[in-house]
Amino acid sequence: MAYWIASSPHNHLQSKTSALMRLVIYATIPGILTQWYFFGWGNIIHISLAIATALLTEFTVLSLREKKVAEQLFDGSAILTAVLLGISLPALAPWWISVIGTIFAIAIVKQLYGGIGLNPFNPAMAGYVMLLISFPVQMTSWQPPLELMSVPLDFINTLSVIFTNFTYDGYSVEQLRTHIDGHTMATPLDTVKTNLTLGLTIAESMNNIVIGEYVGVGWQSLNLAFLIGGIFLLFKKAIPLVTPLSFLGSLFICSLIAFLLSPDSNASTLFHWFNGACMLGAFFILTDPVSGATSVKGRIIFGALAGFLVFIIRKFGGYPDAVAFAVLLCNMAAPLIDQYTRPRTYGHK
Amino acid sequence: MESVIERIEKGHFWKFHGGIHPPEMKFLTSNKPIRQLPMPVELVIPIQQHIGEAGEIIVNVGDTVVKGQALTKTTLPISVPVHAPTSGKVSAIEHATIAHPSGLEELCIKLIPDGEDKWRERTICPEYQQLSKSQIIEKISNAGISGMGGAGFPTHIKVSTSAQINYLIINAAECEPYITADDLLMREHSSAILDGINILDHLLEPAFILIGIEDNKPEAIQALKNATKDSDKIKICVLPTQYPGGGEKQLIMALTGTEVPSGVLPNTLGIVMQNIATCFAIADAVINDTPLIKRVVTVSGQALEKPQNVWALLGTPVEFLLQECGYPQQDKKHIIMGGPMMGFSLPNNKVPVVKTTNCILAPSEQEIPNDNQEVECIRCGQCAEVCPSQLLPQELQWSAKAKDHQQLDSLNLFDCIECGACAYVCPSHIPLVHYYRVAKAEIRQQNLLDIKAEKAKVRFEARKLRLEREKLAREAKHKKAAEARKARMNSGTPEANNEKSAVAAALARVKAKKAQASSGATSNDENTNSAEGTEKKSQVAAAIARAKAKKLAAKNNITTSDDKAPLENTQASVTQNEEKTVKTDPVEDKKAKVAAAIAKAKAKKLASSTKLDETASTEPEAAVEISPADAKKAKITAAVAKAKAKKQQTEHTKQTKEVDKSSADNLQGSTKDESSTNAVTDKKARIAAAVAKAKAKKQQAESK
Repeated sequence: MAYWIASSPHNHLQSKTSALMRLVIYATIPGILTQWYFFGWGNIIHISLAIATALLTEFTVLSLREKKVAEQLFDGSAILTAVLLGISLPALAPWWISVIGTIFAIAIVKQLYGGIGLNPFNPAMAGYVMLLISFPVQMTSWQPPLELMSVPLDFINTLSVIFTNFTYDGYSVEQLRTHIDGHTMATPLDTVKTNLTLGLTIAESMNNIVIGEYVGVGWQSLNLAFLIGGIFLLFKKAIPLVTPLSFLGSLFICSLIAFLLSPDSNASTLFHWFNGACMLGAFFILTDPVSGATSVKGRIIFGALAGFLVFIIRKFGGYPDAVAFAVLLCNMAAPLIDQYTRPRTYGHK
Repeated sequence: MESVIERIEKGHFWKFHGGIHPPEMKFLTSNKPIRQLPMPVELVIPIQQHIGEAGEIIVNVGDTVVKGQALTKTTLPISVPVHAPTSGKVSAIEHATIAHPSGLEELCIKLIPDGEDKWRERTICPEYQQLSKSQIIEKISNAGISGMGGAGFPTHIKVSTSAQINYLIINAAECEPYITADDLLMREHSSAILDGINILDHLLEPAFILIGIEDNKPEAIQALKNATKDSDKIKICVLPTQYPGGGEKQLIMALTGTEVPSGVLPNTLGIVMQNIATCFAIADAVINDTPLIKRVVTVSGQALEKPQNVWALLGTPVEFLLQECGYPQQDKKHIIMGGPMMGFSLPNNKVPVVKTTNCILAPSEQEIPNDNQEVECIRCGQCAEVCPSQLLPQELQWSAKAKDHQQLDSLNLFDCIECGACAYVCPSHIPLVHYYRVAKAEIRQQNLLDIKAEKAKVRFEARKLRLEREKLAREAKHKKAAEARKARMNSGTPEANNEKSAVAAALARVKAKKAQASSGATSNDENTNSAEGTEKKSQVAAAIARAKAKKLAAKNNITTSDDKAPLENTQASVTQNEEKTVKTDPVEDKKAKVAAAIAKAKAKKLASSTKLDETASTEPEAAVEISPADAKKAKITAAVAKAKAKKQQTEHTKQTKEVDKSSADNLQGSTKDESSTNAVTDKKARIAAAVAKAKAKKQQAESK
């Protein structure tokens, strides 16, 4: 006859961290499918590679740290990191890019800081930035949307490119990126940036083949898909509304002001919103609770700062996209933001 | 203020921060009437069931008491008595486990009911309006009424406030899941509750009376509305169901939009809050002269066959209630006193029902599982969203784990009402409230220690001052006495002269002794140091030697000390003084004497080695001519040694033997052991003395 002694409260909402992580992973599915539709198998292969690497790395480090491997390995956080990193990589990057990036993200950015809940930086974005700085050629060789490619790319050929740098027929990544007319195709963000340095106006850039009818073939749909996934998360109350709202709002204000000042050298808000990793960042990266701010006020500041930084880096920085850098910079600022956005306790004026 | 009432009349209320919606589970018990229970076999009545001080026991073991008889009396203001819930015999007054999260044992009165349930004499008083306020307050106090909502604050203190009261708030929110005790009480006894409210109205004269009730109790709301339909002053405020809407600060916020500042009692804001069950008890006490001896308890949980509300006599063991409600026999038991959010687990089922017990919860395994597996916080911030005190539970948790008391204080840990909302929503299943409780206890403990240390410091400072003062006083007294003596001595009377001469004689004696000592020392060391220097040195050395001798005596070991002479250069002069000490002290231990002899011998040896230091000590064979002065000196030394030896012989033969043996050993190293024989002969001693003499001579020569 044993009496169970526990501390109140005795009942508990039966939600778990792992369930939350699973939900976020499910929410990336529309984005992944859109990516597959427009860009082929590359990212799915990278996501698979990254997940395998992440689980292996997590298992190794957890074993070394003598943690409860069985519980923590499948809490979803490592898989989510791998999925987000895999989505972010150029589809035709060599296989070791995702392996190195994932090892760095899991072992160094996450586990060396103490594991889940204790990492100051978003592991996926830190891994991405490390890769971008260390391997700039591989990390900027973006594959154009399938519909624009002169060489059709199926699953086997994609696999071959990722593991051997060449397709079965011997096409290199560079050749694959070349349009029929002999130009290498870049991402819309990159195209606009390069064209501006060449003295072309935004309006002229918008005629580029990679922009297509709206703001970027493939990319616009991809961002739309992540937006849908994000709205699903909002609907499920898995992520706070204020962070993406404040991020997109801030980006909107910055780009609008710039556009109004100089329409020829500044792209529209829609271009900013639906290009690069904007929606992924807004709903899946910035909402990472571990590395973000905690209070509502703090999250508003956090999101607004990220939006501002994305605009500044896209406009003036050396890299065409900026979400990863902006996220890391905001991660650094998060503790400070938390410090100054503490709510007033009830009864304390 | 008007606008507050206007808002309330429109059914608009304020919102407090946070809050959660746990499964209510009230359906388990809300559809059954309150049941009367048979008499338990034994009642256990803790003497303290409220906040404040316990009363003084006024019954003895073996006494027969009647129902409603006071068992304790109160002398202190924040204290209420306890009463016998039925007639019977006091079987014991002893410590027993009480209703407390720690499973604490407290003094309890155990009562065996006699089954007659015989009342003490009561005077029914329906015309309470004719009583003075102080009479009513006294009645409430004597009836032992303390807050029945949870905290158990003595009611008579709350109702005797002198502040101007705007709002009397009756707390009927009952926001905790499972609990329906107040709900049923309102449905079945709304008129009595109204009487209680009217008595409070009479006492406090508030501008408005607000009854705060959550909208999940439609029948109770209807019953209250029917009961109060004639009163304009009483407003029934139906609030949306949200935990912890029944918290005092939360209910005040919801009804009046007023925030109670931290550390301030609501009555300073003109607000007094009473629980609805307390109102019923007040009516019973003032009108029916019935003390607080029973209450409604919800016995609920899916482990029970018949969950229901019962009228439980205070002191009824939980075991009895569970038995009455069909608790199955099972190995693993989890019984909670209070609700699932703020209740506490019971260490056993003998714990009695007290004035604040509103619920006994016996959940099934599926209902409240025990597999609480805490994982790391992911800073999701949900805890901060639901916190009714607008704290940052997640940051508090980090600081609590790090024992950062300063940070906990700046995060306002002590504003936490321990409602458990944060821990309820935590996806990492961190028992946050538990961490806060531990941290609070640690801080309280630390504060106590700090106060203690501060007190000790003050005490110490005071003592230091006192000692200083006493020392000064003593010095002044001595000075005064010395002056008086001097004056007396110089007064010229014969007694004074006598005294004077006696002092002079003593001084002379001391001086003579001193001179003698110094001459003795110089005779031995005339060629080493000046007389005064040697004297001082020798005194020090003698003291050292004495100490050593004593130590040796204690150690019971003579021979090992041979080589341990730290102050070798000064040892030369030890001999004389040491000898004196040995001789003048008749009760000196035998061993000490032996040690002294050793020291003497050593000193002699060293007397020569002081010289040796100057010359080449590595060449002991460097023979030189013995000057007449040196020869003479050596002779003197030898003679002294001889004389000494003789003297010691005459004193104690045995001692002498040992002394000489040891000195011989010392001088000769370990080669000579002829003196270790048992025979005690003067001859041997003499031989030894002669040897010593020869040795001294030889060394003198060598040292040259």
